[in-house]
Amino acid sequence: MSWIDIGSVDEVPLRGARLVKTHVGCLAVFRTAEAEIFVASNSCPHKGGPLSEGIVHGQSVTCPLHNWVFDLNTGQAQGADEGRITTYPVRVEEGRILLDADAVTRRSAA
Amino acid sequence: MKKRLVVIGAGMASGRVLEHLTETAPESFDITLLNAEPRGNYNRIMLSPVLSGEKTYEEIVTHDDDWYATRGITCRFGERVARIDREMKVVEGENSHVPYDKLLIATGSEPFIIPLPGHDLDGVIAYRDLEDTQQMMGMGPDNKVVVIGGGLLGLEAAAGMAAHGVDVTVVHIMGHLMERQLDEAAGYLLKKSLEDKGIKIQLQANSKEILGQDGKVRALLLDDGTELPCDLLVMAVGIRPSTALAQEAGLATGRGIHVDDQMLTSDPDVYAVGECVEHDGAVFGLVAPLYDQAKVAAQAMLGGEAAFVQKTLSTKLKVTGCDLFSAGDFADGPGREDIVFRDPARGVYKRLVIEEDRLIGAVMYGDTADGSWFFGLIKDGTNIDEMRETLIFGPAYQGGDTADPLSAVAALPPEAEICGCNGVCKGDIVEAINAGANDLGAVRTSTKASASCGTCTGLVEQLLQVTLGDEFEMPAAQPICGCSDLTHEDVRRLIKGQELKSQAAVWQELGWKTPNGCHVCRPAINYYLLADWPLEYQDDPQSRFVNERKHANIQKDGTFSVVPRMWGGITNPAELRAIADAADKYDVPTVKVTGGQRIDLLGVKGEDLPAIWSDLNKAGLVSGHAYSKGLRTVKTCVGTDHCRFGTQDSTGLGVKLEKILWGSWTPHKLKLAVSGCPRNCAEATCKDIGVVCVDSGYQISIGGAAGMDVKETELLCQVPTENEAIEVVMAVTQAYREGGKYLDRLYKWLGKVGMDWVKAHVVDDLDNRAALVARFELSQSIYRKDPWAEHVRDKAQTYAPIADFTLEAAE
Repeated sequence: MSWIDIGSVDEVPLRGARLVKTHVGCLAVFRTAEAEIFVASNSCPHKGGPLSEGIVHGQSVTCPLHNWVFDLNTGQAQGADEGRITTYPVRVEEGRILLDADAVTRRSAA
Repeated sequence: MKKRLVVIGAGMASGRVLEHLTETAPESFDITLLNAEPRGNYNRIMLSPVLSGEKTYEEIVTHDDDWYATRGITCRFGERVARIDREMKVVEGENSHVPYDKLLIATGSEPFIIPLPGHDLDGVIAYRDLEDTQQMMGMGPDNKVVVIGGGLLGLEAAAGMAAHGVDVTVVHIMGHLMERQLDEAAGYLLKKSLEDKGIKIQLQANSKEILGQDGKVRALLLDDGTELPCDLLVMAVGIRPSTALAQEAGLATGRGIHVDDQMLTSDPDVYAVGECVEHDGAVFGLVAPLYDQAKVAAQAMLGGEAAFVQKTLSTKLKVTGCDLFSAGDFADGPGREDIVFRDPARGVYKRLVIEEDRLIGAVMYGDTADGSWFFGLIKDGTNIDEMRETLIFGPAYQGGDTADPLSAVAALPPEAEICGCNGVCKGDIVEAINAGANDLGAVRTSTKASASCGTCTGLVEQLLQVTLGDEFEMPAAQPICGCSDLTHEDVRRLIKGQELKSQAAVWQELGWKTPNGCHVCRPAINYYLLADWPLEYQDDPQSRFVNERKHANIQKDGTFSVVPRMWGGITNPAELRAIADAADKYDVPTVKVTGGQRIDLLGVKGEDLPAIWSDLNKAGLVSGHAYSKGLRTVKTCVGTDHCRFGTQDSTGLGVKLEKILWGSWTPHKLKLAVSGCPRNCAEATCKDIGVVCVDSGYQISIGGAAGMDVKETELLCQVPTENEAIEVVMAVTQAYREGGKYLDRLYKWLGKVGMDWVKAHVVDDLDNRAALVARFELSQSIYRKDPWAEHVRDKAQTYAPIADFTLEAAE
């Protein structure tokens, strides 16, 4: 697995998110705690809402369009809603965010 | 013949190596110890108790002269090492050269000094050794000290000096203290208890410059312009391994001196231990791994087999009265869950992090008695699935029956305290219930239980249920969300009553069940805090719905709509040209006239927002807040300016009202209108607040709506002058801001408090009206500004992707 440095943890607001554009679609980088980062597909499986614009709470994000809530560990929709977003491996080293290079090149599996 | 061992650095790690070597094989080495500090090994982690006066330096010396002498160790203290000659196997000290067969490098670490202008002034120190400690001990009640850094060391330094009556301010760049070891809730509790000790704490504070006078430190200047005067400035922002000597000698180094599992460097005759080493990518600052390294190094030097393994660490802060514990890992990783327990009355917070049925992290504040038990579970990787339900209550609760809250309450002894605020115990409450208090209100009246902070309300209700059985029906008050059992009204009351001024304070003091709320409660709490504490609380964009965070309305395809403000619906050719130019430049697909008398640009791409705002700003256009739970528009008719029926200058009043009210946040959206005569062309009587001008003055009516519900406004009052009309509108807006439940339109709030209440507080009581106006003005001193201009200036880059791989050529 090779890792790509996409930026500093500080560039993502605490309990917020930033967007990563790739040839195979947009990814959302979520910062759930001081040094806790998750990466997942930016697109809600319901109506395509941009998840990077959602409210981040605990280790979950709420879609801004219709309030679907996703667990960022598993990508699974919570509660009564059924669906899943693809999650991607990510590491934080010395304040830098390292993303799995496959995530920016491979076709989305979802 | 004995082999010659030279040790560079007399710190805690090398001290422990010497202990092991001289105990197990006293005859193997001829040892020379060089140390740059003019003394031998003392317990450096006990400097904080020395500073606070709880211990003396003599008490923390671990190896005195006698100790070295009886073990035949040659000590050369106060002598710096100039270089290491690995080819000749000689350490070149300042005074003379010492040959070695084996070398142990234990140079420790250096405090990191931020290269701020003025960092070399007299009176700017780190917190590292006895000299620093002595300088701090020289401070007294007449002195002011600033500590930069709210980590372990900085806080211990601050608390130590505060114990001597020194006026100490801690300046920390992050949003909460000790962010590496603590989460926000524990950081909040820690801040509170340090402030109780008289220590001032400034979070999110960026240091800009250290100001001096005659070569001596005078004050610290923050980048917001605040000047913090000080006689001494302590920088405690971190350490970094001292690797210079090793690096010059050509040993492999990274962040620290590279060592393998036997603590051997890239040279087979040179070992290294302590804070100067890097092992498997990690560097070390706590004492436990250093002792492990020392043991391994000693065995390796004697030819034994041992390997250093990195272990989970725990932290305790050595500040009397601040009881905190943190262990394990809170960093990212899939599949993690939290268990949170809060007891606001006792100031207790506990959080456990679980992964795959194993405990991997624990943070505790206020009650750390179970810390070592949790630490044991973390280190041993015990499967906790069986005890998960009661895990957070610690070892005492394990193995018993699963907890049923009712039986737990039933089992409490009569003297158990239920209401901490008023000191009411279970017996008092049961007695009151048996005497006829058969609901919560009656219990409150007769015993005062749950009448103050209200967090024991649930317990009192359970007592009612246990005592009365089926006669008692649990009330179905709607809690704010799943994170709390409290209603919106309770939360608002408690935020004011307990002076809660941060989200972390609300979560902790009101016993939130989640680490940091959810998408339902966070926007509400954020609103309540900024409405009640406009100066103290800083608006949190991450607790806002996207529209209010990005100051534009998100559309179904993820694009945004941009609506510039047109004061009172009045515009001019220059503004219209700027809007047309922007629509062209940013390929805006739809331009629409809104119901609020302005123009909507629909379909703007998120990343174009700062640019389009900047263009609109240049023409004098500002945000119309068409997206906000706040003031939207003040719709007007043309009034006396042009209309033959107009009785007053309705356009002028509308513009004035909009300029006064814009930027204010309210529980839900707030729409106004001003009509120039009772023909009511501005449709003022279906607005939240409507003004209808008549010959004799201004009729102000409130509580209208034209949305899901259609409501006609009710008359609040008629006033003779424009100024008075403006005051009444401001006062009623502020009363709604202070009392309304988040997401209740004004008519819903009016339905709860009643028109009589509003008339009494806003119309009849002139002092109260003036006070409401003053509080509104105070809040507007912060919020009456254009968020677009602010985002263009400070946040433009956050609208762009953090990384864009589509710009790179495809492989």
